[in-house]
Amino acid sequence: MTLARRIIPCLDVDAGRVVKGIEFAGLRDIGDPAELAARYNREGADEIVVLDISASVEGRVTFLETIRFVAAQLNIPLTAGGGIRKMEDGRAVLRAGADKVTVNTAAIERPQLISELSQQFGAQAVVLSLDVKRKGDSWEAYARGGREATGRDAAEWAAEAVSRGAGEILVTSIDKDGTRSGFDCELTAKIAASVSVPVIASGGASTFDNFYDVFTAGSADAALAASIFHEETHSISALKTFLSQRGVPIRMSR
Amino acid sequence: MKISIVDYGAGNLPSVERALRGLGAETKRATEPNHMDGAEAIVLPGVGHFAAFVAGLRERNLTDSLRAANNAGVPILGICLGLQAMFASSEEAPGESGLGFFPQEIYALPANVKSPHIGWNQVRLTRESSLLRGIPANAYFYFAHSFAAPAAAESTVAACDHGFPFAAVIESGNLRGVQFHPEKSGETGAQVLRNFLESIQ
Repeated sequence: MTLARRIIPCLDVDAGRVVKGIEFAGLRDIGDPAELAARYNREGADEIVVLDISASVEGRVTFLETIRFVAAQLNIPLTAGGGIRKMEDGRAVLRAGADKVTVNTAAIERPQLISELSQQFGAQAVVLSLDVKRKGDSWEAYARGGREATGRDAAEWAAEAVSRGAGEILVTSIDKDGTRSGFDCELTAKIAASVSVPVIASGGASTFDNFYDVFTAGSADAALAASIFHEETHSISALKTFLSQRGVPIRMSR
Repeated sequence: MKISIVDYGAGNLPSVERALRGLGAETKRATEPNHMDGAEAIVLPGVGHFAAFVAGLRERNLTDSLRAANNAGVPILGICLGLQAMFASSEEAPGESGLGFFPQEIYALPANVKSPHIGWNQVRLTRESSLLRGIPANAYFYFAHSFAAPAAAESTVAACDHGFPFAAVIESGNLRGVQFHPEKSGETGAQVLRNFLESIQ
């Protein structure tokens, strides 16, 4: 009897569409969020994350619709976030059908937001999204989609967030994101050793071996990826079979 | 099949409703005591804090109707915090009373394991279970909780281990409870709900 390591596809959503950010070239359309979510649900995903990356007010309203459409396709957990600034934003996301809400920049500016959400909805519903860049021998937390250095040590911030009631940490390596050079296992191991809650690794996934490494050397409880699943170069079921054969505890769906 | 889903003011009810309707049940949210009248079964879903849950039930005058329904033998299925609320009390909210259908206390998961216990885990049968009928022994269920009922509770039919052996599934007379989320546990979870619906027909 073992808690399985989770495979989590991530949908970055702008104006109701799943998109992929391309450096200096804006956004590329990937597809319909509900259709993709349904496909990943079928293929054995353990959970789905949807992140609102739209900057506009209209985008925010559309995002709640997107959560409703996506949730209707799933019989697995759904995590949603992006731009959550206050308790009511969190409530709206959860009422729309998400099981958990992620917080990032607003929590850095006002850590009390984590306490408020956790008291209201429970620690199991609050995920700290942590964007991190390596800085010498340590790691620094970044805000505003990885654009703004906060001066805060990532592991220390993660520990504070947990003491305030965050139930999971989604840690994204800015250095690795989009590079396809594998997860930053050192980073996830460091965060995992600093907190008493599950850690979701993100940024850099490319090969099946990358996932194996982050679940072993990286001590991650879950691994998140977007592009490699969207492009259908890797199916979730093939990845899970690979990991299971290598001895990683994995839920093989029937 | 008319199922009353208790709405205490928080929690993600749509996914429970969708799952039950998908299996052919007719669901209705109960926010007032008389909303449970005529229900063939009651589902008590819940997430969040034990104190908020029992206070939510109390404020809506649902506590007494749930107790009356239990006394009348109406099948009741508690999910996650809904299972915990069926017990007498919880370490999460000292001084607060649960529904008291079971006399034991709910305990916090210990500090030597990750808490919340979030993710897919397996359970082991301790007795014959109607909710787990037809489900393979190694199947996974989705858990998301920081507190649990000790597996020693005599209503336990399946246990899970995380810090201590806890009750993953309870069954006793008209009462059923699952610590995991069947509505989030894929096809396996759907089978649990199907078994519940079949058991009350």
